[in-house]
Amino acid sequence: MSETPLLEVEGLDVTFPGRGGAVRAARDVSFTLGRERLAIVGESGSGKSTTGRAILGLIPAPGIVSARKLTFDGMDLRRLGEKGWSRLRGKRLAMVMQDPKYSLNPVQRVGAQIMETYRLHRKTDRRDCARRALAMLEAVRINDPETVFRLYPHQLSGGMGQRVMIAMMLIGEPDLLIADEPTSALDVTVQTQVLRILDDLVAERGMGLIFITHNLTLVSSFCDRALVMYAGRVVEQCDAKRLDQARHPYTRALVASAPSLDFPRAELMTVKRDPAWLA
Amino acid sequence: MSDAPSIVLERLAVTFTHEGRRIPAVRDVSFAVAPGETFGIVGESGSGKSTVLKAIAGLVAPTGGRVSIGGRVMAPRRERADRRHLQYVFQDPYGSLHPRQTVDRALREPLEIHRLPDRETRILSALADVGLEARHRFRYPHQLSGGQRQRVAIARALILSPGALLLDEPTSALDVSVQAEILNLISRLRREHALTTIFVTHDLAVVAHLCERIAIMRLGEIVEILTVEELRHNAARQPYGRELIAASRGFTRDARALASEPSDDE
Amino acid sequence: MSAISEPKSSWRAWLDDPAPKSQRQARLGEISRVAGKLVANPLASIGLAIVCALVLAALFAPWLARGQSPIGQDLADRLAAPSAAHWFGADELGRDIYARIMFGARVTLMIVALVAAIVAPIGLAVGVSAGYFGGLVDVVLMRVTDIFLAFPRLILALAFAAALGPGIANAVIAISLTSWPPYARIARAETAAIARSDFIAAIVLQGASPARILIRHVAPLCISSLIIRLTLDMAGIILTAAGLGFLGLGAQPPTPEWGAMVASGRDVILDQWWVATIPGLAIFVVSLGFNLLGDGLRDAFDPKSS
Repeated sequence: MSETPLLEVEGLDVTFPGRGGAVRAARDVSFTLGRERLAIVGESGSGKSTTGRAILGLIPAPGIVSARKLTFDGMDLRRLGEKGWSRLRGKRLAMVMQDPKYSLNPVQRVGAQIMETYRLHRKTDRRDCARRALAMLEAVRINDPETVFRLYPHQLSGGMGQRVMIAMMLIGEPDLLIADEPTSALDVTVQTQVLRILDDLVAERGMGLIFITHNLTLVSSFCDRALVMYAGRVVEQCDAKRLDQARHPYTRALVASAPSLDFPRAELMTVKRDPAWLA
Repeated sequence: MSDAPSIVLERLAVTFTHEGRRIPAVRDVSFAVAPGETFGIVGESGSGKSTVLKAIAGLVAPTGGRVSIGGRVMAPRRERADRRHLQYVFQDPYGSLHPRQTVDRALREPLEIHRLPDRETRILSALADVGLEARHRFRYPHQLSGGQRQRVAIARALILSPGALLLDEPTSALDVSVQAEILNLISRLRREHALTTIFVTHDLAVVAHLCERIAIMRLGEIVEILTVEELRHNAARQPYGRELIAASRGFTRDARALASEPSDDE
Repeated sequence: MSAISEPKSSWRAWLDDPAPKSQRQARLGEISRVAGKLVANPLASIGLAIVCALVLAALFAPWLARGQSPIGQDLADRLAAPSAAHWFGADELGRDIYARIMFGARVTLMIVALVAAIVAPIGLAVGVSAGYFGGLVDVVLMRVTDIFLAFPRLILALAFAAALGPGIANAVIAISLTSWPPYARIARAETAAIARSDFIAAIVLQGASPARILIRHVAPLCISSLIIRLTLDMAGIILTAAGLGFLGLGAQPPTPEWGAMVASGRDVILDQWWVATIPGLAIFVVSLGFNLLGDGLRDAFDPKSS
């Protein structure tokens, strides 16, 4: 779409020093993102969540983040201080995480939380802010926005909670959304709904989306491109719909090890971890 | 080795009382599993599938209906001798093993309870059966990976040579590649030991891989029972069944025409 | 313990073996891991050192006291200041305070050990039963617990002293009777959480009897919380025993007991400060030591800390 990519990552390394030696959660991760849906796929320990958090500057001490290039819309993210980050986060970069139970403030009403997020970035009066928050709740297809506005997070079901999270994260109209397993905690029918909402919003607003997941079915049906990670490294970058024609043995093994409704198999292929992949 | 029993549920109902409110987790569920058959139960959260399994196992008392195993109606309080014939594998590999007991201890306990002889042989053979080695034998759960813990849980379930095995989402908490290993293991073991198996999961692809017949549950009731071929060919008769199968196939952009938006308000 | 490096490293390797060959090796490996975490914590190490010093003082009092008797009076040396002859000075009857501190460690340790040996098992039994069975059993046991919780320690001790006469044994009984309820509460709370877990359901499914479940599966999990609570309580127990001693209700003269020593030094505290202050410092240091050890144990037992 646009010539300059939204996000450029080159040589991203995230290391956590530890007593038993340093843990390299992400090694030499490089990719670019335009206004498209990029999946980062991997199993636990692959470094996919770490990569997402590093882009948003959310790696806690004593973790060390370094990169040859980490640029968002021309801005260098590596040297950003707290002030710089607070200008970006929520307004231009946002993140939706897995379980809304842990991301929403349990003692504050839903509407108030959405309004608070909005007011962090734009000067506006309460009434305008409330109107925008309600509009956002409608945009995420909540049937009765006025009622939900006054609810507390524990009164929301999983799917609704996640939609509220999306509303909260998108009200600032960011350019880039990182979604870390946003539907993993949801029932499969609710998953479809939430994905549809994300899909529409991303398309309408021309956002870039990084979709972090371990679910291969979702990757091939929802995303445009896929990045496969293993032990902190990117082992494959390909078209999301062509995962089954992947080149790296890990990706092929991963695809073959998932049971499929359409292709019955007597025995599932297991991943024989080749130490060469860690090199 | 126990013979594989049939498992029959007739109008099973389980209602929980919580803070004065009655919550019907299972309402009127009936199905029959033939000896040696692998039967699947799928459903989303709140469908009651896990409660059904717990009622069959005797962990939860039915408030209505009957559970019959091998032709005998089971009382809510099970005899010790009955416990040998039906075993259970839990979902969370991090919670199903006692944190302060080694693998050896976990496998020895059921043998001691039922006063079985040849404990050393049985333990070694159970470990080998699930693909674990002698070096895992005296480890504590926190020294094992999720997949290894599930293997121990399966070994523990099979060490008494039951005829029936109940599995409650045994791979939901595992990575895809580990899930594949465990599913292959379960597949092999139920064949080798000729077990009657009931497998509960929310994942249709997994249930289709292992099971011959599948019950779809929703809000405490069975919506329909399909064979695996019907499942694979999208031949569900009920709209909820079709919706579930479609959703499992992944995201579709042109799917507006598909089922109406299910309400999840409250 | 060993001074040569060679045997030590093979012990280490045996304990840290990721594939233990026997139950004993696995168990000792776990203990060494916890101990390692404890010792790595500087404050906990200090606490541990203090408690060890207490135990050593109690065990080796006759030798550490350099032959001085804790009860031998030498009225010529009444209220002598600290000197080469009397390291901590002498009390109002000319007895060497240093020797009395060393022998007093025995009394302190005995009281503390006896109370611990009584309250922990009782609290565990009551709490685990209440937490596992719930219902009427829980209600009855918890009300009994509440009754004992209602007694203030010193008042009950006074009552006992009045009824049965003063002395260490009665002091121990009085302290134990008022100390066990919190342990029952802790055990009950832990049991209620454990009883809901899958591994207990698994054992039930294997046909274990409730007694077996409680003794072999539930109780062991409560023990670390109880140990932590005990060490943190030690400070309070020592102070209560000292308080009883101060009131003349605990150990009787001439048995050296730190609290009684503080009491007897009351009158001369301004001029001969050492008679009351030194035993007071001993009480303070030992209480602090147990506190630090208890905190360290809590961190060491916590599976999330590494």
